[in-house]
Amino acid sequence: MREYDVIVVGAGGAGLRAAIAAQEAGADVAMVTKLHPVRSHTGAAEGGINAALREGDDWRDHAYDTMKGSDYLGDAPAVEALTRESPKETIQLENWGMAFSRDEDGQVSQRPFGGLSFPRTTYAGAETGHHMLHTMYEQVVKRGIEVYDEWYVTRLAVTDEEEPEERDCEGVVAYDIKRGEIEGFRARDGVILATGGLGQVYDHTTNAIANTGDGVAMAYRAGVPIEDMEMIQFHPTTLPSTGVLISEGVRGEGGILYNSEGERFMFEGGYANNEGELASRDVVARAELNEVNNGRGIEDEYVHLDMRHLGEDRILDRLENILHLAEDFEGVDGLEEPMPVKPGQHYAMGGVETDEWGATCVGGLYAVGECACASVHGANRLGGNALPELAVFGARAGRHAAGDVDEASEITTGWSEDSEEGENVSPVALGEADLPSSGKGALADGGRQSPSGDSDPAVDAQGAEGVVEHAVQAERTRVHYLLEKEEGVNHAEVRSELQETMTENVNVFREEGALKDALEEIREARKEYQHVTVEDPSRTYNTDLIHTIETRNLLDVAEAITVGALARDEFRGAHWRKEHQERKDDEWLKHTMLSWNDGSPGLWYKPVVLEGEAKTYEPKERSY
Amino acid sequence: MSTQTEPPETDDETESTPEAEAEPEPRSPGDRRRAEKAAREAEREREEAEAEPDLGEDAVTLKVFRYDPEVEEKAEPRFDTFRVPFEKGMTVLDALIDARDTYDSSLTFRHSCRQAVCGSDALFINGRQRLGCQTQIADLDDDVVRVEPLPHQDVVKDLVVDMEHFYDQMEAVEPYFQTDETPDDELEEQHQSPENREKIKMSTRCIWCGACTSSCNIAADDNEYLGPAAINKAYRFAMDEREGEGMKEHRMELIEQENGVWRCQTQFSCTNVCPKDIPLTEHIQELKREAVKSNLKFW
Ligand SMILES: Cc1cc2nc3c(=O)[nH]c(=O)nc-3n(C[C@H](O)[C@H](O)[C@H](O)COP(=O)(O)OP(=O)(O)OC[C@H]3O[C@@H](n4cnc5c(N)ncnc54)[C@H](O)[C@@H]3O)c2cc1C
Ligand code: SF4
Ligand code: FES
Repeated sequence: MREYDVIVVGAGGAGLRAAIAAQEAGADVAMVTKLHPVRSHTGAAEGGINAALREGDDWRDHAYDTMKGSDYLGDAPAVEALTRESPKETIQLENWGMAFSRDEDGQVSQRPFGGLSFPRTTYAGAETGHHMLHTMYEQVVKRGIEVYDEWYVTRLAVTDEEEPEERDCEGVVAYDIKRGEIEGFRARDGVILATGGLGQVYDHTTNAIANTGDGVAMAYRAGVPIEDMEMIQFHPTTLPSTGVLISEGVRGEGGILYNSEGERFMFEGGYANNEGELASRDVVARAELNEVNNGRGIEDEYVHLDMRHLGEDRILDRLENILHLAEDFEGVDGLEEPMPVKPGQHYAMGGVETDEWGATCVGGLYAVGECACASVHGANRLGGNALPELAVFGARAGRHAAGDVDEASEITTGWSEDSEEGENVSPVALGEADLPSSGKGALADGGRQSPSGDSDPAVDAQGAEGVVEHAVQAERTRVHYLLEKEEGVNHAEVRSELQETMTENVNVFREEGALKDALEEIREARKEYQHVTVEDPSRTYNTDLIHTIETRNLLDVAEAITVGALARDEFRGAHWRKEHQERKDDEWLKHTMLSWNDGSPGLWYKPVVLEGEAKTYEPKERSY
Repeated sequence: MSTQTEPPETDDETESTPEAEAEPEPRSPGDRRRAEKAAREAEREREEAEAEPDLGEDAVTLKVFRYDPEVEEKAEPRFDTFRVPFEKGMTVLDALIDARDTYDSSLTFRHSCRQAVCGSDALFINGRQRLGCQTQIADLDDDVVRVEPLPHQDVVKDLVVDMEHFYDQMEAVEPYFQTDETPDDELEEQHQSPENREKIKMSTRCIWCGACTSSCNIAADDNEYLGPAAINKAYRFAMDEREGEGMKEHRMELIEQENGVWRCQTQFSCTNVCPKDIPLTEHIQELKREAVKSNLKFW
């Protein structure tokens, strides 16, 4: 067993920042990541980082824009932490050498982005994430922080108490992809989950193939509630054939959307009379689909995004990467023609419930970045707000895990006094399906200390080490089962069925019947998954095995998204319901929470915190 | 306008009409959907079966290198042939994924972003280093797509190569920003002129894919040679005006060492294969010139 003070799972922007902060606070840190750090999906971010840096701007305005953008489902203490600390973190990146785009006077440049009242998006061409990821990784190399790359974390080692709030996370179990060995990692002070997005739940997504929601699913099964999972952002400008993103920077710089009749529909269709193309993402995504569904789409599928009028110089200076993407992935020359675009899954606003320090209700377990829900984005994330989130909350969680913070938090985690029980909304049973045999087979990966039936009596280690040892044992059993099982279903089949169901039924527009269908189909997929088998017998670099375990995580995540979407019978931010065309502030200024409860998930609610340090954010009508 | 208006009806198809509702419907919507789907699938399979004879036109033939030291049948390196249906816009990565998901789930390769930013799927495709996700099948001249692991690197399994040596070389050039003076105030920037940013811009684009180093004859013969990617990384920092003169000298010393820039024989193979169009050879030449200049000054 390997032992450290702090273990960071995932090495994208959030994980790297957390590791640096924890180490600076004196902790002995290791990062465990399924991809080499520079392969993380943060590298794909294009548009920029929001930070109130300039005279005339103020972090309080940024906080206001963010709360409004969130459609009042953000928690003010987290939103204010984000906007207050983003300038410091952004300049920190600059001081680490990040190659931001520059104004004539040598200062970092800023540009306008959707939903912002000030042009406060700081950027590095249209490849901001690439620069940010590499700059942070460079600092990790400089500091000699230990990185276990191509190690896949399959399970959290959590103590066995009845109530999640009483449990502790003692470490993780990871599978060394290159050697095929399963090993335990003990964390003396804390485990920080930074596993990124879950876009692979859908088949048209801007996310990487590795974005399979592992952290969310593992924390969920370990008993940590997951929050606002229905809040999925669909980005309005993705390339139709692949889902590759065309940055909001294009609209920020003045790009225009047209329908098949050549109308600038954001204005002419009355979708956003003031902001037009720069309205917030949910508004633009719905407007586009509306045009397509009403016969004004091109090839019945997409609309056009035109940037030709910006001129070659400006495009090359600020959006060059977009030209390459349009050319390589859609065969379109953005200097000569408009680019085809349509909405695609982009970002998960929900995730592992945390407070404004990234801490969960399980002792020693943290979550940061896209896998977490602090919650700063509420029902709709503003473009350019995820990258500062990685830096701000990465740093906060790193310091907290290393024991360097003694401030109390204002956001509660876990079940508390003001929580409210939810009613069952699903037409089918949720969670685990019946098991194929008495052993727990392919599904044997609850998060708590393994049930006695699973564990090897030879493992008699006690205390924290014992918790990790037992978890290791349970994982060895599961992997053995998967590798040995003879006949069965290939995970790819289950995965593609799941993606189809989600795309068909739990997309931009949502209605009750379809959501219920989706839950039934997810149930079917769960049953099918019990017969899943790994054909590749090899221990060396067995991606068949990894993808099979990822698919299990996708099932849990998909179910949570759909249950949340069915429960929330109102229209808020990205969550549009056909039968409920208004925001219901009386009933729904609250978060949907889902708890795994050893395989029988339960739905509950907790109130939104609208009271911040700067002000109390009174819900207003959201117009752009 | 408020955003809370109802978009016009969009889902007419799925909405049942009153007549349909009146009719007894014994099955759940899920059953119905599944039955429809099964019918669709059967239809597709029939079509595919019928189309089989001329798969020739619309199919891609992949010849893929296979090797797994642990599995008896694969311990001897060989090539497997896969035929996958061709679709417009298909990339080599798409074809590999299709082959793996449909025919052989043990087929192993790295991939993630599928948009040329993560650098994980650099492969030797039809005799040249390329990113699988960035290579359109239609753009390859041959009828057969031949996919091999990057040359000059140890093969772990199938198309996966060991990248450790590449990473070690990258780290050998101290690939992190270092400066003598950092601002006291946490909100103070270290200004950089737009010209200087422009100068280093191309060098900052590297995604660590390893294509360049794999294509380099000198790197192939000489394990010590830093290789084009690492030298480019050194260039990125040496040319950054914010690091200051003292640091630049230190960087030049690193680059001038025996295994540094002087090994480069200007063959341009790295520049030719770099998927990010980084002018690697030019950067190496410029560092050589700098090295000569700084030595002259030194003497
Ligand atoms: C195309 C695109 C463009 C974007 N543009 C912008 C933008 O301009 N501005 C903005 O603010 N936001 C943007 N976003 C959003 C933002 O980039 C992401 O939310 C953010 O980068 C996520 O960072 P992360 O560190 O949480 O996760 P990631 O960068 O995805 O990193 C996840 C890490 O976790 C590891 N991991 C995952 N599962 C496991 C496991 N089981 N075991 C071990 N390791 C694991 C992975 O190896 C990886 O290192 C964009 C997103 C996309 C997809
Ligand atoms: S320089 Fe180009 S070819 Fe070489 S590793 Fe970087 S991106 Fe790949
Ligand atoms: S899959 Fe990321 S570069 Fe090709």
